[in-house]
Amino acid sequence: MPSPDLASLPLAAFEDLAALSARRSARWRPGLAARQGPALHSEIFASSRDGAGAGAALALALDDWRSLPQQDAGEVRHPRSVLWVQTREAARRGGRPYRAGLPGDLPARVIHVLAEKAEDALFALEEGLRCRDLAFVVGEIAGNPRALDFTASRRLTLASEKHGVPLFLVRLDAARDLSSARMRWEVASMPSSAPRWNAQAPGPPRWRAELFRARAHAPGEWTLGEEAGRLVASKAQREADEAVAGWTAGLRLRRSPRRA
Amino acid sequence: MSVEVTEARPRRILSLWLPALAMDRWHLTIAERGGVPAAGPLVLIADTAHGPRIEAVDRPAAAAGARKGMMLADARALCPEIATAPADPAGDLAFLEQLALWAQRWGPWSALDAPEGLLVDVTAVAHLFGGEEALLADVHAAFAQRGLALRAAIAPTAGAAWALAHYGPERAIVEGRAGIMRVLAELPVAALRLDQDVVTVLRRLGLKRIGDIAGIGRDAIQRRFRNRKLRTANPLIRLDQLLGRVSEPLLPVIQEAVPLVQRRLLEPIRHRQLLDRVVADLARDMARELEAQGQGARRLELGLWRVDGEVVVRRLELAAATRDPAHMLRLFAARLDDVDAGFGIEMLRLRASWAEPLALDQNDIEARAESHGTSLAGCIDRLIVRLGAKAVSRPVPYASHLPERAQRWQPPLEPEPTSQGLLEFHSRPRKLLDKPEKIAVLYATPDGYPQRFRWRGEVHDVARVEGPERIAPEWWRERGAARLRDYYRIEDGQGRRYWIYRQGLIGDGRGGVPDWYLQGLYA
Repeated sequence: MPSPDLASLPLAAFEDLAALSARRSARWRPGLAARQGPALHSEIFASSRDGAGAGAALALALDDWRSLPQQDAGEVRHPRSVLWVQTREAARRGGRPYRAGLPGDLPARVIHVLAEKAEDALFALEEGLRCRDLAFVVGEIAGNPRALDFTASRRLTLASEKHGVPLFLVRLDAARDLSSARMRWEVASMPSSAPRWNAQAPGPPRWRAELFRARAHAPGEWTLGEEAGRLVASKAQREADEAVAGWTAGLRLRRSPRRA
Repeated sequence: MSVEVTEARPRRILSLWLPALAMDRWHLTIAERGGVPAAGPLVLIADTAHGPRIEAVDRPAAAAGARKGMMLADARALCPEIATAPADPAGDLAFLEQLALWAQRWGPWSALDAPEGLLVDVTAVAHLFGGEEALLADVHAAFAQRGLALRAAIAPTAGAAWALAHYGPERAIVEGRAGIMRVLAELPVAALRLDQDVVTVLRRLGLKRIGDIAGIGRDAIQRRFRNRKLRTANPLIRLDQLLGRVSEPLLPVIQEAVPLVQRRLLEPIRHRQLLDRVVADLARDMARELEAQGQGARRLELGLWRVDGEVVVRRLELAAATRDPAHMLRLFAARLDDVDAGFGIEMLRLRASWAEPLALDQNDIEARAESHGTSLAGCIDRLIVRLGAKAVSRPVPYASHLPERAQRWQPPLEPEPTSQGLLEFHSRPRKLLDKPEKIAVLYATPDGYPQRFRWRGEVHDVARVEGPERIAPEWWRERGAARLRDYYRIEDGQGRRYWIYRQGLIGDGRGGVPDWYLQGLYA
């Protein structure tokens, strides 16, 4: 399939307001939560051999949390807690959260749940999503347990959307199965950017993140990184541009018959 | 020490002594069960390392020569037909506690005087009974009705009342503090509530009566007992307490009503649906009970009495005080799944064995849960009920430099312990493995850190390194051969960041070639 170049699209495509707004909203970028609200149910696929999954999940969650307008002054004084649910298998493979290494003010906010089975972890996740006093919920589940099927992920999505508590579910060493997650990422570690003083040392973390399925955004690939505690995403790669173009063109094609 | 008690009107203390408490209680228990006690001599015994020892004797046994504290074998030698029953000191104490509460009919508060006495404060209440003689008569009548032997006395101090009850004349009353010495001078020194060895010492000194001690002057006794700081070992302190020169604090018994509701069922229930309904009723009753007391439950115990005599108990601990019936019901519903009803459940009882004050504000966790989500405490309760209390926790800092000791887990809603802040330049990993995992170093640089290593069956090439950060062993805690750790922060060719350490140094004399471990994963 010949890929349409963005610049060569006919002007009519941009006159189509629906397509235009779609294109505007199509691209994911950090801080988008300020305009669109938080991403409510995200899945992050990662390997258990490194800390990329949990690292990226926390970075995404904190980015959303910071860009949301804070409701009241009480929130500043007593920030809401964060529920971190792990199955025992996930904790065995990827370790448990370590207070001294958590970013920002998270150390004092984390409540950890260690579940024996995936069923228990799903129960804990759902209870966490129903709790109005939580900022967000982080889950870590290893592999593809039978309990985590499409129905279970749909339950999580509905609970999350009903109560507005975002869920970031890290899937360690898992295959991309069926899921109703609104955004699905595949994250792997990347060589870190050079630190300022010691060129030999590892710098601030960077990840290669592929958004391979999302409801409100075009898929794409980014280099995510943390700089001074904030999430930065460097420019999308070429194939992502093509995907956006294809997606927008698809929208245009889909719209035109209805308009006629 | 010698605080003068300056009160215009002295207190009036009623001392009750039940000389045969254990034996009386045993007879009462037998009578309650419908049995007839044997007429022969009876002793209550306790097992000791040297065989059974007599704890209490009844009148025929005492006449036959048995005494408290004697070995049973010796008593058997005097009187072979002696009957025995086990003593129950814990039961006696519980009975005494009940008696203390019951004795509050004669005064606003009462205190235990274990093992077989009570003290009741009857200051300014005697006129309600028509004078102190009438009060004592009433007390004797009431105890006689319960079948308990009693000696009672009233005096301005607890010490004097005790002495009179134990060693004084029947129904003694001492008016005013000035009269104490006059009445008590003739009593033996044992009436001072002293240890047995002190009484022996006094007797050998020729001081047999309380009047003798008061007669020879304080200085001599002060010198003899100057090292005895304990009340029960120093006759001067006891004498001062007896005379009211030193105040003697008494610990009153206060009845605390545990919120409790129960349902007896006409027909034993065997089905879950009915059980849920009864539990819902109980939860509602409990909520009302707690509301009346202005309290919220922290621990709930649900007892299920089965027809065949089994009692099933389900306990529940709550993260925050609550009295919301729907919340209680929901938590119990998860705990009742494995109850075996057997032939049916005939009684249910719900107790809030731990309650805390709770203001009147929280009323409908469950209704709000539908619309706005649960509160944090409610959420944690639900998690704990299903997953167990250990599964839900939060990390708190602990004063240690060893990474795995520097973090502890505690229940989620407890306040965080104070701690020293972290140093900015100490970089710590985001996640720590449960146990440091050994890595096989395939090739090390001359600087000492590994260039290539194998972890969990995969080879990593180290691209960037920072370190070492040296953490010495905690010599005050660990054994002497513990080795230090050199931590390195590394990144491999694919950008995976780890925290590894070498345990020990080459040639530190604490073992062979040091091992390498991987402990943490950086983001």
